[in-house]
Amino acid sequence: MAASMPESWSWFFALAFGVSLLKCLLINTYHSTDFEVHRNWLAVTHSLPVSQWYLEETSEWTLDYPPLFAWFEYGLSHIAKYFDKEMLVVQHLNHATPATILFQRLSVICTDIVFIYAVKECCKCVKGVKGSKDLLGKPSFVLAVLLLWNFGLLIVDHIHFQYNGFLFGVLLLSVARHFQGRHLEGALLFALLLNLKHIYLYIAPAYGIFLLRSFCFTRDSPDGSLNWRSFSLFRLAALGIIVCFVFALSFGPFILLDQIPQVLSRLFPFKRGLCHAYWAPNFWALYNVADKSLSILGVKLKLLDVDSLPKASMTGGLVQEFQHSVLPSVSPLVTLICTLISVLPAVFSLWLRPSGVRGFLRCVVICALGSFMFGWHVHEKAILMAILPLSLLAVESKEDAGIFMILATTGHFSLFPLLFTAAELPIKILLMLMFTLYSFTSLKMLFRHEGMLISIPEAAYLTGLVPLEMFCEFVYPWTTWQQAFPFIPLLVMSVYCALGVSYSFIRLYVSLLRAENTGKEKPQ
Amino acid sequence: MENWVVASLCVLLGLTARWTVSLNSYSGTSKPPMFGDYEAQRHWQEVTYNLPVQQWYFNTTDNNLNYWGLDYPPLTAYHSLLCAHVAQLINPEWVELHTSRGYESPAHKLFMRATVVIADILIYIPAVVLYCLYLTDGSARRKVSTMLCILLYPGLILIDHGHFQYNSVSLGLALWGVLGLGLGWDLLGALAFTLALNYKQMELYHSLPFFCYLLGKCVKKGLTGKGLILLVKISLTVVVSFTVCWLPFLSDPQQSLQVVHRLFPVGRGLFEDKVANVWCSMNVLFKVRAHLSPDTQLYLSLVSTLLAVLPSSIKLLMNPTFWQFKLALVNSSLAFFLFSFQVHEKSILLAALPVCLLINDLPLMSIWVLLASTFSMLPLLLKDGLFLPYAVTFLAFLFVSTYLLRALDRTTVEALRIGPYVRLYRTCFPTINLPFIIKWKFALCLLAMAGLSFTSVAVDPPAKLPDLYPVLVSLFACLHFLGSLVYFNVVQLMESPSKDDQKKMK
Repeated sequence: MAASMPESWSWFFALAFGVSLLKCLLINTYHSTDFEVHRNWLAVTHSLPVSQWYLEETSEWTLDYPPLFAWFEYGLSHIAKYFDKEMLVVQHLNHATPATILFQRLSVICTDIVFIYAVKECCKCVKGVKGSKDLLGKPSFVLAVLLLWNFGLLIVDHIHFQYNGFLFGVLLLSVARHFQGRHLEGALLFALLLNLKHIYLYIAPAYGIFLLRSFCFTRDSPDGSLNWRSFSLFRLAALGIIVCFVFALSFGPFILLDQIPQVLSRLFPFKRGLCHAYWAPNFWALYNVADKSLSILGVKLKLLDVDSLPKASMTGGLVQEFQHSVLPSVSPLVTLICTLISVLPAVFSLWLRPSGVRGFLRCVVICALGSFMFGWHVHEKAILMAILPLSLLAVESKEDAGIFMILATTGHFSLFPLLFTAAELPIKILLMLMFTLYSFTSLKMLFRHEGMLISIPEAAYLTGLVPLEMFCEFVYPWTTWQQAFPFIPLLVMSVYCALGVSYSFIRLYVSLLRAENTGKEKPQ
Repeated sequence: MENWVVASLCVLLGLTARWTVSLNSYSGTSKPPMFGDYEAQRHWQEVTYNLPVQQWYFNTTDNNLNYWGLDYPPLTAYHSLLCAHVAQLINPEWVELHTSRGYESPAHKLFMRATVVIADILIYIPAVVLYCLYLTDGSARRKVSTMLCILLYPGLILIDHGHFQYNSVSLGLALWGVLGLGLGWDLLGALAFTLALNYKQMELYHSLPFFCYLLGKCVKKGLTGKGLILLVKISLTVVVSFTVCWLPFLSDPQQSLQVVHRLFPVGRGLFEDKVANVWCSMNVLFKVRAHLSPDTQLYLSLVSTLLAVLPSSIKLLMNPTFWQFKLALVNSSLAFFLFSFQVHEKSILLAALPVCLLINDLPLMSIWVLLASTFSMLPLLLKDGLFLPYAVTFLAFLFVSTYLLRALDRTTVEALRIGPYVRLYRTCFPTINLPFIIKWKFALCLLAMAGLSFTSVAVDPPAKLPDLYPVLVSLFACLHFLGSLVYFNVVQLMESPSKDDQKKMK
């Protein structure tokens, strides 16, 4: 597994330093309400006792990340006070002085060091291709660029404002540790990650099954099936201790304070709607559109009575509260069940046919994508959870590279509505062009001996994004429909991207099943 | 990976840097009554859109020349007019006569920034790309590296997209001129340079090398045969393009005289503000402006400029090669910057452009001068609130150029072209390791620049010396420019006739 490493890592530091400087240039760009969210959390953790952290509600942006993240903010706040003390006052809502902005932006840029380190570890785990002397043709170089210069991370973290780089750093480091055979460390990191941001619960099934199957059972039977006698209780106990320790560290204080129900109600707010204000490009976006089309069709064909339909607020601009008129309404429980069903085959395959860390990584991607497709109130940003781990697979196999191109392009494109200000329009287009151009040509070069990466219909679908962007951001705002139906561009983008994301999801499953079949054939 | 992909990635990166810098504040943001260069450009749009051509350069009731009166040649005015027409389509308030003074809004800022980026995309960037692909030596990878370095030169990005000016137009046109000459299309070169000259009169800094190179070429071809034909063709091109540019002002001699008078405001004194040239630096010890009459100042600067330009021009005239031409461009523009009359701190960009063209041949020295030129504009950038983009682009350029061009590895005596100095010193210090000393000097100068930059921001100057930092900055930068004037002159004059050794080092 240990690939022959290039003698010098100077190129890696050049890439990392270069992108850090680019991030610094983005300091004065637009920032979303997430900026205020994190400012508020700094203030809450800094000026209130722990017992008040999950009770405080002066600002509408209450603390809704797990306790370790609150401690992370607490740590940051001790540096923040040297920049601007006023940002640490809970009552100072929407406090955004230049010093505050500088501090918050720099905190994201600096904590990205975790991400940079994790990427370096991941690059070491990539299989090298023989005979490529050119630095630009090395898979580790391509992977470093795909991760460090990832379009989504750049705009979500450094323009929109969040700490995903740091969190994905922990995730990728954990993956890299599994690659290196340091499974306990990997488990520890993932437990920490879960207590930093609970959205990673979605990929916990992959972790759980992988550790149980491939770590707690020390070896397989000769035919590859489970060997019950190789079960190591010691390993299971070690895992259990690590996980319990991390959770105790995180939630212990709140158990003592008897606040667990309060904390959990903050972490899992099911009061929000099925879809976010802007529909993430997932199954429910398609479902909503199908419902709307059916109801319009029904009214046209006089099968439905207009008055009996719920007053769907689709014409009201924001589509936060969407009531289905023809198809059954969806409850959180249904989405949970759908999500579980969607990832179960992958998890089963991980149990029945473990294929090393790469199989585990594939399962992680499927879990992330499955929850993105069917989850409740999914944010468009969650697509990064699938794109980033998939990058690792993409530089090693041609099939995954093709899926990566489709998923990354549509997923990144679906992030465009996050930046809706005119001043940031050129930035997002330039960065997107750079990333897409690079990922296409570099992956194509990596697999240049293995034929086309994507088929012609796939290429046509991806090319369609260009006129779509033209229409949505340059043509539509000048038409008369803009006044009556301002939401149409977002809706069209979301549905168009949903097709690509669903397609990638299916392709990933197909590749998983195909790998299983070839795996079965081998022993014969 | 295919070369065009890497090249496009570099261009996209350069564009991203430009646009992110342009999101910062501009010269004179919300500073009535005069605002800054941003308002000057907007005001020119207003004037050219609303007034007849005959009034553009004259002081009338509708055109107060004391409020950012037009003082650039006609092409700038036409460009303003073009922008004004677009502005008028978007929002007529932006160019309304009188009432639009000091107009500021986010939408307007976006529009103005976009005009600069578009001019950059249309003129400067293609010229840089073509120059690097066709006129630099080395592997394809190396050409692209050179391109990225030139595109990321912080001085031009900060002044055009931060402070707010259209230098990329005049510099881009001049670069098209260089391209024309380098590729052997002399007429195209002459045309492009004439346009550059008609966009900004400061392009005169580059005019002597253009003139000497073309004249030298004609002489070499024989002034009785082919050379004469070429000379006539070139002169015709220049005269015709000048005439076309000045057409509206030629009907009345009064008009042309007034334009010339506006372009060369000899009454404004030897220098203004703090600029890193000889006169301003001398001012620390000897108050030139107080002791000498304006006429004496004018002649003094004229004579010293001519003296400084003379050696490189004569050498170029005798030996009109492209390599000599590039060096002469540097020497001429540096000499003009250091010694001529009424120099602005931004004029260092005129010297920076030809230095950029040498960055592949003489990496360390070019990077050094380019960084010093950016540093010399620090007081101006601080005034505009551009410290953050300054620091970031400065670091980025330093890092990218030294890394990609391996500037710190290519430091043999031959690569640095410091043979004459070594011979000079060897008489006194036989064991001197000059490249080693130069590397250390480079590092120390960078440290000094960084230190001075940060103290300028973080520490208040003593009450008695409010101008302490700007003076220190300009003195320090001036020393660099004097040193580089000597260095590039030595390189140009001592150049061995064969270009083999130059080829060898790649």
